[in-house]
Amino acid sequence: MIPKPLRMLLPASVLLLAGCNTVVMNPSGDIANQQAHLIMVSTLLMLLIIVPVIILTLLFAWRYRASNKEAVYEPEWDHSTSLELVIWGAPLLIIIALGLLTWINTHKLDPFRPLERLDAQRSIPADTKPLEVEVVALDWKWLFIYPEQGIATVNELAAPVDRPIHFRITASSVMNSFYIPALAGQIYAMPGMQSQLNAVINQPGEYKGFSSNYSGAGFSGMHFKFYGLNDADFSQWVAKAKSGGAELARDSYLELRQPTINAPVQYFGKVANDLFAAEVDRCVEPGKMCMSKMAAIDAAGGMGPNTFQVGDRLPFEAPGRRFIKTQECTPQNSAAAVQSLALETPAIGTRE
Amino acid sequence: MSETLDLTKLIFGRLSLEAIPYHEPILVGTFCMVALGGLAAFIAMTYFRLWGPFWRNWVTSIDHKRIGIMYIVLGVVMLLRGFADALMMRAQQALSFGDAHGFLPPHHYDQVFTAHGVIMIFFVAMPLVTGLMNYVVPLQIGARDVAFPFLNNFSFWMTTFGAVLVMASLFIGEFARTGWLAYPPLSGILGSPDVGVDYYIWSLQIAGVGTLLSGVNLIATIVKMRAPGMTLMKMPVFTWTALCTNVLIVVTFPVLTAVLAMLSMDRYVGTNFFTNDLGGNAMMYVNLIWIWGHPEVYILVLPAFGVFSEVVPTFTGKRMFGYTSMVYATVVITVLSYLVWLHHFFTMGSGASVNSFFGITTMIISIPTGAKIFNWLFTMYRGRIRFEVPMLWTVGFMITFVLGGMTGVLLAVPPADFVLHNSLFLIAHFHNVIIGGVVFAMFAGITYWFPKAFGFKLDEFWGKCAFWFWFVGFYFAFMPLYVLGLMGVTRRLSHFEDQSLQIWFVIAAFGGALIALGIGSFLLSIFVAILRRKQYRDVTGDPWNARTLEWSTSSPPPDYNFAFTPVVYDRDAWADMKKAGFVRPLSGFVDIHMPKSTAAGFTIAALSAVMGFALIWQMWLLAGLSFVAMMVAIIKHTFNYNRDFYIKADEVVRTEEERTRLLAQHG
Repeated sequence: MIPKPLRMLLPASVLLLAGCNTVVMNPSGDIANQQAHLIMVSTLLMLLIIVPVIILTLLFAWRYRASNKEAVYEPEWDHSTSLELVIWGAPLLIIIALGLLTWINTHKLDPFRPLERLDAQRSIPADTKPLEVEVVALDWKWLFIYPEQGIATVNELAAPVDRPIHFRITASSVMNSFYIPALAGQIYAMPGMQSQLNAVINQPGEYKGFSSNYSGAGFSGMHFKFYGLNDADFSQWVAKAKSGGAELARDSYLELRQPTINAPVQYFGKVANDLFAAEVDRCVEPGKMCMSKMAAIDAAGGMGPNTFQVGDRLPFEAPGRRFIKTQECTPQNSAAAVQSLALETPAIGTRE
Repeated sequence: MSETLDLTKLIFGRLSLEAIPYHEPILVGTFCMVALGGLAAFIAMTYFRLWGPFWRNWVTSIDHKRIGIMYIVLGVVMLLRGFADALMMRAQQALSFGDAHGFLPPHHYDQVFTAHGVIMIFFVAMPLVTGLMNYVVPLQIGARDVAFPFLNNFSFWMTTFGAVLVMASLFIGEFARTGWLAYPPLSGILGSPDVGVDYYIWSLQIAGVGTLLSGVNLIATIVKMRAPGMTLMKMPVFTWTALCTNVLIVVTFPVLTAVLAMLSMDRYVGTNFFTNDLGGNAMMYVNLIWIWGHPEVYILVLPAFGVFSEVVPTFTGKRMFGYTSMVYATVVITVLSYLVWLHHFFTMGSGASVNSFFGITTMIISIPTGAKIFNWLFTMYRGRIRFEVPMLWTVGFMITFVLGGMTGVLLAVPPADFVLHNSLFLIAHFHNVIIGGVVFAMFAGITYWFPKAFGFKLDEFWGKCAFWFWFVGFYFAFMPLYVLGLMGVTRRLSHFEDQSLQIWFVIAAFGGALIALGIGSFLLSIFVAILRRKQYRDVTGDPWNARTLEWSTSSPPPDYNFAFTPVVYDRDAWADMKKAGFVRPLSGFVDIHMPKSTAAGFTIAALSAVMGFALIWQMWLLAGLSFVAMMVAIIKHTFNYNRDFYIKADEVVRTEEERTRLLAQHG
């Protein structure tokens, strides 16, 4: 696909960018590697037309300067069908090539798509299950929950090398973007929604991760370290977190959720197992109705007027935050609750 | 309402003395400078008795030429504000490493980058583009004014009062801390309970009315008021781009108005369009704002392309190569610009097919854009290129813009966007196309049409300095950002841990300083030209040996633009007339029907700004009063039947004879 003279340019430009120590172009995870490769190929493809244009611009500017009376001057020449074909056709061909590349790679590198290989040479061993990590972007720090290991950490993430990782990502109040350049591209962390990212880290090391979507006053401090560890080190790291002692239950989570800037690393040895699901469903607060339940009630025809008590303020919320305070709800009992509520109970709360 | 009626709250709403930022030294300093400058201007205006003429000839004027000039003055003034913000950001990012935290705390820094974006797009680029279109389009199509002259004056003042509200937020309260598109939930009432986002909403709503109406106005003008013989395919390319841009404005600005209205309802009356709870969906806002926001980019860049399409044939002394394909390229871009908005948030996590679709449509836009570049290139081919200042900007543009276009197409590849989105690479990209495209075009355009507007050229030496400082400064300021983006550095950070990044930010700050010199040189080129206006005077009306109709009339053009409406036989009508040995008609003048000045536009716009201010601070009484006053002013204006007058034939004769005398003198 790439012509020969440009193929020789390829290593040169790789060296050039490597010289700048650019993590995006020299990542340590397979997904990010493929993304970097795609950037390189696309750029070279486009340079096929960009370089001639720049050269021609300078050439024409020099050659047809007014003081150069030698040059041909044709003030009435304004059309050439063959040239028109070239100037529309050449970009079209390049865009067709690039469009194909885009279609294929966008599907192949879709962050929601489970991995198919560890890297260019190795496929995934049959018995490997991806490491599950639940990510919550809080104001202004990152919470990582490891359901399998039963631990949680703040502003520190670790994963074993060469084991696929499956992130499920949400946010508690405003939108952020979860990004570890060495590992894989970013994806938004959105409140009330769950996004996913599949990736793998291929080399042990310490990498940077951060929010790459502005989220308010503490945004600049919203970064964390990501450790790629070999299996033994990872077990050790998990053990350290486990011995960290504290438990992340709903009430301690609500405390953690309060805005802080430049939050230190924290470990939780025990985690309430429904925390992430409750955050996605926006009902961590005791007594708050889950979104899924509300949607189910609406789908069943709604509950008519006087449904909610609007305007109640919960003590941990900032002034001005209006809130819906309703009765019991957990993700576990929501389906049953919907049935009972939607069909029998006339109202959850009453207007004062 | 259960609480007793609080009179202070009814009158002043949320406004109290605490809203005045007298504890911020930077703002106090700025305020002192603005106050001193304002006082000096006030005294000077009073001393030289300029208030009357200013009111009669400018504020209430419905002459498209004066309104165009006022738009451009607004754009240049706001450029100084927006650029001051830019310098503060560059300085903060160059200083704030490790233990050093720079001079801007996040609370201030976050307002600065929000204000920078809002001001540069809405109150610099838009007024400059609209100003050029206002000034040039009627002249280029041989018309005497725009279709709705009063509306034009009203549009201008709405835009200006939008800018006034943004400026007011500097000294009363604060501006939004959300980024220039104010994504919820951050911009919702929970994320931003204070007045910043309300300033954002109301200044854009007020300015948006102006933009929309001026769009309607210019479409009507171009469609209905072209000189006889000027069929669509004989229209100058600048007018074509103006037409397409205004179509984009009319179709997209209502989306902005609607999405901001929904956001304000979320904030004011507790609806839940974009909230996290109760079924709101913030991503709906993100979609809607970009359905406006992406065409907005083309609203800015199409007239920029138009400017270059006028400059290149003039300074190469050639017909435009591939006029037809240029026109079709413009129209294709116009249509395609509606089909690409999602590329601004691939990382939302839409499916791969959706992302691919929007990625590929984005790439397709580069085909007509590429064709345009080639058209300019082959217009230069076998030309006689005079490297006057507008042509320098054009060549600078062609080189810079293709680089920005390339990084843009790169960002349109979704997997590449996943690693580059929101990074400084993205910042470098869009500054590359907006500075390299729009800003360069505005400087080219202002330099090109300045002698038409004022009858003398800008100073060439300082004009060239401006170009070279901007050109070199741009590369110093933004190439490091490309590198930083590839190093995984994201945007909108006010502090960095990694000291190794600092050198790149220092280089970028140096580039910022060069651009500051560029802006200074541009202002100097105006001041020096005013001082030497006799020396730089152009009496021919056609100082560049140009090709379109606006150059067939005097510089500055008379109030009525053309004593007789020209008849068009070919593209490049003026070049055609010159070639055919056109002789100015010297007799047979008749009375000319003209629209009359009115203060209604200024009054209504000023009242809307008062209402906006009252709504921001929740001063319900004032909001109600100003709304009623605005309605009264509008109704009163509809009963104003005294809207036109005739320029008598003998006055036309005097004006034209004066021109004949001048032309003969300078023969």
